[in-house]
Amino acid sequence: MNLFSTVLKNDERAIYELRSLYKQYGYSLYKVSKFEEYDLYAENKNFLINQNVLTFTDTNGKLLALKPDVTLSIIKNIPADSSLTQKLCYNETVYRPSSESGGFREIMQTGLECIGTIDLYAECEVILLAMKSLATVSKDYILDLSHMGITEGILETLGVDGNVKEEFLHLMKGKNVQGLKKLCEKHRISSSIQTNLCSLIDLYLPIQRALLVLQEFMVGEKMQTAYENLTRISQFFSENGLDEHIYLDFSMISDVNYYDGITFKGCINGIPESVLSGGRYDKLLHRLGKKSDAIGFAVYLDRLERFEYQAAQYDVDTILLYEKETDIQSVFQKQRQMQANGKSVFATLNLDPSLRYRQLIQFTNGGIQILETND
Amino acid sequence: MKPMINVALPKGRLGEKAYAIFEAAGYECPSIHEESRKLIFENEEKGIRYFWVKPSDVVIYVERGAADIGIAGKDIILEYSPDIYELADLGIGKCRMAVAAKKDFCDFRDRTLRVATKFPNIAKTYYASLSREIDIIQLNGSIELAPILGLSDVIVDIVETGTTLLENNLEPKQTIVEISARLIANQVSYKFKNESICSICDKIHQIL
Repeated sequence: MNLFSTVLKNDERAIYELRSLYKQYGYSLYKVSKFEEYDLYAENKNFLINQNVLTFTDTNGKLLALKPDVTLSIIKNIPADSSLTQKLCYNETVYRPSSESGGFREIMQTGLECIGTIDLYAECEVILLAMKSLATVSKDYILDLSHMGITEGILETLGVDGNVKEEFLHLMKGKNVQGLKKLCEKHRISSSIQTNLCSLIDLYLPIQRALLVLQEFMVGEKMQTAYENLTRISQFFSENGLDEHIYLDFSMISDVNYYDGITFKGCINGIPESVLSGGRYDKLLHRLGKKSDAIGFAVYLDRLERFEYQAAQYDVDTILLYEKETDIQSVFQKQRQMQANGKSVFATLNLDPSLRYRQLIQFTNGGIQILETND
Repeated sequence: MKPMINVALPKGRLGEKAYAIFEAAGYECPSIHEESRKLIFENEEKGIRYFWVKPSDVVIYVERGAADIGIAGKDIILEYSPDIYELADLGIGKCRMAVAAKKDFCDFRDRTLRVATKFPNIAKTYYASLSREIDIIQLNGSIELAPILGLSDVIVDIVETGTTLLENNLEPKQTIVEISARLIANQVSYKFKNESICSICDKIHQIL
């Protein structure tokens, strides 16, 4: 463990810690191929975070894609009519365009999927694992929870469609309450619905307090069912004293064609974007002709890279400078001896001036001489 | 301890007006008025730190968390569509994004329309909504010159009073969207510094 913490970078350490965490809960590692037939993504474009996919032609003329997502590849292989629960985790590279530089990037992603019969316990277990995943990186984390039933319920009360619905969704995602009010007025939406919508989007509280506030806005069966679901989840975590990190945030909206039920996002104080996202995606499975339900999440490891990053002061502890005539057996012995003391040793014939070192040692057949010490 | 809130203000008149709102809301930072080459100004007691950045960069500072909140024009937000929260319309820096052309310009729909602009995404989205084929000519300044010299048919640009357009024999033809300055917040800062950000937001709402 000590070795891990000193040698591995944040994201690399997270890979191992998360894998062992998921294993404790019976999740088995699932390996998928680096590429898939492009059709899989073309049919489910909106499920992808970014719809640009890196494609190429196989030797037989088939259009393939370097996978932009792991979930689709996993559920494609789930038997169509099985209700048995499978718990799978993965650690894969995905290829997505970078929003800044425009070109495609290789991104390391880890995550898990629980597929089969999903009951309250399965939901809570996945949320718990999401929280534990965040906690492996930092204890100062927040898991935002939302429910598609509530989002859909409020959209139904608005009674809007097409472009107008898109406009509403855009403003809701941006917590733009003033914009929502204006849009409601433009489309002559009653003031009570307007108030409900704005309070819902503006709401950002720990789950228990949020549920108390929420109680009065819940209209219709869809919202009521969602509310009950959230209440049970809240009870499970509060009874175990784990609810302080869970917040409700209904500005977090996922695609209604794929997600239903709870959705969540994880943030860590010090990383400016969310590092984990997931939820119930039964609808995606049903679209692919499977009878099972599913819940899962992904951790974006690339976003951990810069977190609490402390640049090493030195590239290497010791530079062992030897000469052409030096006996290499004694160089080897000397290097081993210093390594045994936990030092990193860079043995070289010539000194690279850009290297930062603690100690520079010259080693000749005549003996050893310390040329420079920087500590 | 109160967390420090980093505020990105746009350089120029808009930023000064925006700072005045913060000041009136009780988040003053007297050192900002001093003549100096300093880039960052803070009032530790109030838990606030200001810095001036190029107006179009405010959204980048906020989206990437270097600033927790910032003041950005709606034009910049629409152009870059950053993942941020838009918490308040400050009602300052009011203007509109409009299509303008020479006074005698007549649009024939049988040709591709050449559009000169600093805001290619706004222009593309607008004309896509009209199903109009366009050719974007991205310029970085003096947009008004483009139709005069025949570089483009129309321009998509910010119109405040329309005087510059008139002086150059141009006129606004259609309004695309009304623009004003917005208070924006980084999505993760909003969660971890929720109390401080919401209280700034509330106080600003009170004086607007």
